[in-house]
Amino acid sequence: MKVCVTSQGDNLDSPADPRFGRCGYFIIADAETLEFEAIKNPNVDATGGAGIKSGQLVVGKDVKAVITGKVGPNALKTLEAAGVDMIIGVSGSVRETIERHKKSDFKPSQGTDAGGRGMSKGRGQGRNR
Amino acid sequence: MIISIASGKGGTGKTTVAVSLALSIEGEAQFLDCDVEEPNAHIFLKPEIKETRDVAIPVPEIDESRCDFCGRCAEICAYNAIAVLKDNVLTFPHSCHGCGGCSLLCPQKAITEVDKKIGVLEFGNSGNLQFAHGKLNIGEAMSPPIIRALKKFINPAMPVIIDAPPGTSCPVIEASKGSDFCVLVTEPTPFGLNDLVLAVEVLRKLAVPFGVVINRADIGDDKTELYCKKNNIPVLMRIPFEREIASLYSQGIPIVQKKKEYTRKFRDLFELIKETAIK
Repeated sequence: MKVCVTSQGDNLDSPADPRFGRCGYFIIADAETLEFEAIKNPNVDATGGAGIKSGQLVVGKDVKAVITGKVGPNALKTLEAAGVDMIIGVSGSVRETIERHKKSDFKPSQGTDAGGRGMSKGRGQGRNR
Repeated sequence: MIISIASGKGGTGKTTVAVSLALSIEGEAQFLDCDVEEPNAHIFLKPEIKETRDVAIPVPEIDESRCDFCGRCAEICAYNAIAVLKDNVLTFPHSCHGCGGCSLLCPQKAITEVDKKIGVLEFGNSGNLQFAHGKLNIGEAMSPPIIRALKKFINPAMPVIIDAPPGTSCPVIEASKGSDFCVLVTEPTPFGLNDLVLAVEVLRKLAVPFGVVINRADIGDDKTELYCKKNNIPVLMRIPFEREIASLYSQGIPIVQKKKEYTRKFRDLFELIKETAIK
């Protein structure tokens, strides 16, 4: 099964990133073979809606679950609507995070554990073009 | 003539100056309180409100039976307010700026615009002042649409005083752009000066002529005066720190009502603004 782990770097030994919308990289990995793809997050500097754009990116990769530290309200709404499980709890490297959750069969976190506050950097005040 | 009163730093005395100026003008004038997140001029002017109008922005509604999930709308949205998933589309009205781009560009014509109420405008009279203010609904993040709606009622045939919001971002720009003159109210403190410099930068970009009023001018340091002198910025008025001014303010009483000498001072300010704006 395919999972996505938010990461600070571009490989399995990078430290996992507790943020979702504005994480450094999305590691899309096969949980069994650990074959993976690292995607640099294009939404880090978005004025707003980073969680929405990141949610769409992940949904487009057909993952079964996202493993991260915290999911904001916009990302939550997006991932939930697409039926992507959210697993809250990253520790150590991306590899260690995957191994840890494999043990509990990638059980999704319940409602309020997953949802919460985003980084809220955006104020929706527009930007120069 | 349209005069906006701005500051940079909050709490310097914009409303004090705006209200005093408006009450000192002889004849009819308009007062627009554009600090729509927290209007307070009505506390002093006590207008009799005669009319209320809703303000709405258009947000997208998607007809999923016509949608083929091409994702074009999400691509063009500058505010990431639309998410297109495998077989459904989510909108985030809170982030939507009502630009209309998505509905315009949808290849399947699957998007219609529906009104989302974000606040109200209230109109009334206070003495010989035509009064109007906007109130942004609690929980909404965008002031500019309400400020724009408010400014549509400007009557250029009479003096117009615009009480702008604090700060130097979008709401202030919306409130002050297009004015004939802007009065920057500041205080002689490091924070006051820091934010004054930012506000000056904004007004220069907007090409709005401006001058400074220093409030609580007799306390603090001299760096603000030096900055104005060095940059050829006219200091139009200096208001000393007076406990009585603070006391009247806290009771919602306009200073010119109780301290008659200030009526003449603000009339002089109005004349000085008109002279300075012409240069």
